[in-house]
Amino acid sequence: MALPVDIEALDKAFSGIGVDEKSLISILTNSNEEHKKSLRKGSSKLFIEDAKGFERSDQSSIKILKHQFKRFRDAVMLSVLHPWERDARLIEKAIRKGPKHYNVIVEMACTRSSDQLLGARKAYHSLFHHSIEEHLVTHIKGRERKLLVALVSAYRFDGPGVNEDVAKSEAQILYEAINNGEKNKLLDHEDAIMILATRSKQHLQALYQHYNQSYDKTLAQDLEGEGILKDTVECLCTPQTYFTRVLEAAVKEDADEESKRALTRVIVTQKEQLVKEGFVPNKIQDILLGLYKDFMLASIASGDIK
Amino acid sequence: MATVSAPKQVSVKEDAEALRKACQGWGTDEKAIIAVLGRRNAAQRRQIRHVYEEIYQEDLIKRLESELSGHFEKAVYRWILDPPDRDAVLANVELKKSGNKHHVIVEISCTKNPEELLAIRRAYHARYKRSLEEEVAYHTKGDTRRLLVALVSAFRYYGEEINTTLAKSEAKKLHEAIKDKKFGNEDVIRILGTRSIAQLQATFNCYREQEGTSITKNLPKDSSDEYIAMLRMAVRCLKDPKKYFEKVLRRSIEGIGTDEDALTRVIVTRAEKDLKEIKELYHKRNNVPLDKAVDKETSGDYKDMLLTLLGNEV
Repeated sequence: MALPVDIEALDKAFSGIGVDEKSLISILTNSNEEHKKSLRKGSSKLFIEDAKGFERSDQSSIKILKHQFKRFRDAVMLSVLHPWERDARLIEKAIRKGPKHYNVIVEMACTRSSDQLLGARKAYHSLFHHSIEEHLVTHIKGRERKLLVALVSAYRFDGPGVNEDVAKSEAQILYEAINNGEKNKLLDHEDAIMILATRSKQHLQALYQHYNQSYDKTLAQDLEGEGILKDTVECLCTPQTYFTRVLEAAVKEDADEESKRALTRVIVTQKEQLVKEGFVPNKIQDILLGLYKDFMLASIASGDIK
Repeated sequence: MATVSAPKQVSVKEDAEALRKACQGWGTDEKAIIAVLGRRNAAQRRQIRHVYEEIYQEDLIKRLESELSGHFEKAVYRWILDPPDRDAVLANVELKKSGNKHHVIVEISCTKNPEELLAIRRAYHARYKRSLEEEVAYHTKGDTRRLLVALVSAFRYYGEEINTTLAKSEAKKLHEAIKDKKFGNEDVIRILGTRSIAQLQATFNCYREQEGTSITKNLPKDSSDEYIAMLRMAVRCLKDPKKYFEKVLRRSIEGIGTDEDALTRVIVTRAEKDLKEIKELYHKRNNVPLDKAVDKETSGDYKDMLLTLLGNEV
């Protein structure tokens, strides 16, 4: 008979992000058939009792498990690829998978440096024989298309020397676009898209400050609920807010698979940034398991190694 | 092919000394300047500037700007710059002028290959501390802005692969837009702004097959609408850059007076690329060699500079 503590341990090994490989090895290799039978009977996650009292596997749960086992592998792949190929592949996948993944495209286009984005565009040419813009245009028919094409096409200046007057007046343009009752038409607002897609990050950060000072709320707050527009503004102006939000969403109780995948992506690709922002993995480490956990924590720990 | 005849081996030190000598004392020896600079390629010119600065502790370009004047000075200034830097300067000059047809922006985004356009965008960052696309967005509006920003932001796929089905359907889309006079619609902007050059050529060919005439013929000529004129220019550049430049040259020379800015721009920017073929087209079209026309229509040092860049000994 398997001890209740073993049954609990088995469930626990699968109840997080990643799997507790060590625990599984110790439980399963030390179990004879009797043990395993009661493990199966006791497991609430992977096995169901069918009409004949037979503890058969619950295939849909097992399918979900596959994602958990894959996490370490995905982390390794993301980590070892050249950043340009990595980002190009992330973008291509996001385009294929549809609207719920467009934030990944925004993330790639807006949190990378100008030269990194350019590199990703070059890699995309080599890998997929099209430009990113072409694929966006082919696969995305919705209103997000204009903004996404504009964002990936940007080759922003990266340096000081912001014209504060222009930043202030452009903050006003955005304010009026958002608050003049046509919020649902923002994605078609030419001026807004031009500002977000062509101005340097330094300029946009100054604009963000002016917006806050002039209107007593942040641009991000004003774009609450506006999906990729909010993501765009956060990624460009307050990336640490964006990444914190993504990481917190990943470890929530009801987080979906995509949110969990974001954890791997953000930690592997942004570890230097996270360390700079003083990110401490307390909130997330409890829910991570096994080799995947080791990899993620070690990534963050090494984030200040150049 | 280039028309500039730059020797393979040069002594950049001697060149720098010759240029120094040409600028010293009373007056300037323009002929000496033309003889050196007019016969050096971009890499050599760069080295000459570098050596000149090392030896004489001053910027050769600034020195020349102060010594020369008029159309000659403009030509030399544009010629001596590195090609991407030159195009960045030309673009900036054009953006600061109002009421223009944006020739330069259209030309650099539609007749250069993707890496060249990228180099121009980098040069623009370095020189003006802004991106080319944000400046274009700031100085233009409406359909003009949408098309120009799309064109300068493009980083087109470089391959030769063509999707014929796509070319056919996009040719149709272009035709519908033209027929309905919706020249600024999204299809037009995104097709011209994102497709690879090879794919665009295939699309233009399909257009001709489907409609019986070329797409350029169906776009209104001499339209007073700034956007339509610019759209027509963009299509012509994408379709056949050499033919486009031949026409710019022809227009700059014919009739009363000469458009020196256009003449200088084409000769200076194409002399190291394909001016030879453009000259041949010019000769075919006008029954007179370009060199002869330039000789007739321009004068002085400016003329000598242009003729040298065209490959002549003056």
